[in-house]
Amino acid sequence: MNIWRLVIREIKHRRVNFAMGLLSVAVAVSGLVGAQTLLTADRIITGRLLSAKEAEVKKSVAEKQAAVKKAGKELQDVIRRQMLGLGFNVLILPESQSLSEIHLNGSMSATMPEEYVDRLASSKIVTVNHLLPSVTQRVYWEERDRDVIVVGTRGEVPIQHRGLKKPLLDEVAAGKIVLGHEIHRQLSLNEGDTVRLSGRDFTVSRLHAERGSVDDVTVWINLAEAQEILGMQNLINAILALECDCVGDRISQIRAEISAILPGTQVIERYSQAITRAESRAKAKESAETALKEAEQSGVQQLALERRSRRNLEDRHAGFAAILVPLVVLGSIVTIALLALANSRQRCHEIGVLRAIGLSTRQLMVVFLSKAAALGLLGGLTGVVVGLMIGHMLVSAQSGGTSWNEMFTSGTLWAVVVSAPPSALFLAGLASWIPALLAARQDPAVILQRE
Amino acid sequence: MLLRLKHLCKTYVGKPADVHAVRDVSIDLAEGQFVAVQGPSGCGKTTVLLTAGGLLKPDSGEVLIEDQNPYTMSPDDRAAFRARTIGFVFQQFHLVPYLDVLDNVLSPALAAASPQNDVRQRAVELIEHFGLTHRAHHVPGELSSGERQRTALARALLNQPRLLLADEPTGNLDQESALAVLGHLKDFADSGGAVLLVTHDDRAVSFAQRVVHLCDGRISTLMDRNLSGTL
Repeated sequence: MNIWRLVIREIKHRRVNFAMGLLSVAVAVSGLVGAQTLLTADRIITGRLLSAKEAEVKKSVAEKQAAVKKAGKELQDVIRRQMLGLGFNVLILPESQSLSEIHLNGSMSATMPEEYVDRLASSKIVTVNHLLPSVTQRVYWEERDRDVIVVGTRGEVPIQHRGLKKPLLDEVAAGKIVLGHEIHRQLSLNEGDTVRLSGRDFTVSRLHAERGSVDDVTVWINLAEAQEILGMQNLINAILALECDCVGDRISQIRAEISAILPGTQVIERYSQAITRAESRAKAKESAETALKEAEQSGVQQLALERRSRRNLEDRHAGFAAILVPLVVLGSIVTIALLALANSRQRCHEIGVLRAIGLSTRQLMVVFLSKAAALGLLGGLTGVVVGLMIGHMLVSAQSGGTSWNEMFTSGTLWAVVVSAPPSALFLAGLASWIPALLAARQDPAVILQRE
Repeated sequence: MLLRLKHLCKTYVGKPADVHAVRDVSIDLAEGQFVAVQGPSGCGKTTVLLTAGGLLKPDSGEVLIEDQNPYTMSPDDRAAFRARTIGFVFQQFHLVPYLDVLDNVLSPALAAASPQNDVRQRAVELIEHFGLTHRAHHVPGELSSGERQRTALARALLNQPRLLLADEPTGNLDQESALAVLGHLKDFADSGGAVLLVTHDDRAVSFAQRVVHLCDGRISTLMDRNLSGTL
């Protein structure tokens, strides 16, 4: 015979009393565990949804960024080519070159060493990008009996301190000729035809469309061949250069920079309508960037909305749990205390006899508190199982749900689950303490005289 | 002397007036003696018994059990002393309702630090002695009144007390069971124990060596059957 045997027999005898206590503890613990399960799942689902949303926004922004970048690059190339076509460029000319000659005759008589272009290319120049040395002379095309502008070009000379850029113009190969629109139209020439110019044969490699400018009466040949034909070995008339940033009036900066490198030269700007194009390009870039920013902001706003919505849900659940759980726990403690009190009154004679046969106050306390401990432990374990099941059911109803593994490795659920049974044991003991003390301190003489 | 009650007085304070339950009662009880305390209801018999059992402290006077005054001990020491020295039998049996006969008989072992096997063996022997072997695993609700009282008697004797205090043990029993219980009490006294029996059952007188009559809390008559006279 031991205390536990006595306790177990008493529990079996008054099983309704015990079952009610067990139910009370289980409800409190399941409320606590269920609420914690729900809150943990809320956090997991929130994290998951926000991560997905964030990834979606990032992907969308990245796609837009890439699209804008690609479009911007394409636009840049197009604009650059357009600007070249339009003549938005600066011409670096010998200081002695008369502008009247250029505008009235379309040709240049002043020369400068071809080495100038190499000097410019090897300098640290920043205001221009592409360098195209050329000779340009108005000549009489004897074989075809007409005047033409002959342009000799060797293609683009790369600026050495910059990365290699895609050339805007291809070099005209030796023995090839490119014809302006008016010339090939009037002379009925086609690509592949052979024409003779100043005693040399050239193959037509390209025919330009109408440009409405002096280009329509121009032929382009290789620079070296042009120099030979025109007797201008190692000399050039001009260097065509493109400004790297066309927005705004920067011609004075370009002039200052070039004159420092190539003294004895002059710089003129050709065709200012290119500015409009450049501004359009800048505007287009700005619009694209604005659209990108708006897309980013929209993504951030969507993310913030989602986050706020989830936080509201979590707050609602947490608020509900913050009220419900303490109420249920308090209710459980009161119920256990009342049940323990009722139990101690019910066992009044038994207590009197046990006192009479020699059980001490401490032993009687142990009898009552052991029962409370059994109640707390069993109720706690039952509550944990039921709480997890209820919590999981509620969580499953939410989008996606969560796995047990996720819930136990994230947050404090495991701590609540582990601590709930001992806590329930402690609280049941606490609730039963006063009734147990009252029972143990009953005067056996008073009880035994009540016969 | 196993039990010595010296000039005990006990008054229950209450309304409308205080009740003087015991007034100057002195009883001595040696080993082997069987003393019956008789008297009408409310004369203070149970108060004398509870006071003698270390359960109710007298207002004045002294209780000595084996020359020790239990009321000078701490409550827990007194409980342990009671478990070792005294056995109780009550009119209402006061068996634990959810324990079977064997466990009820074993219940005083909770208080005493006896080896489990020895105690169990002794419980089985007592159950056999009181003819309850076939009822060993029945709960009190399944027993007759006589069987319940015999169970209570077996429980009282488990810790081998030297003093047995019985409060109206035959009050709820039929003739045959009452005589059997009184016979067991007599046997206990004959075996060297001491019995203080509180009763208004006249049948008990023939078993007791001395009979103390109480009236209004005072000893009115003391009869020693060995001396065949009234003191």
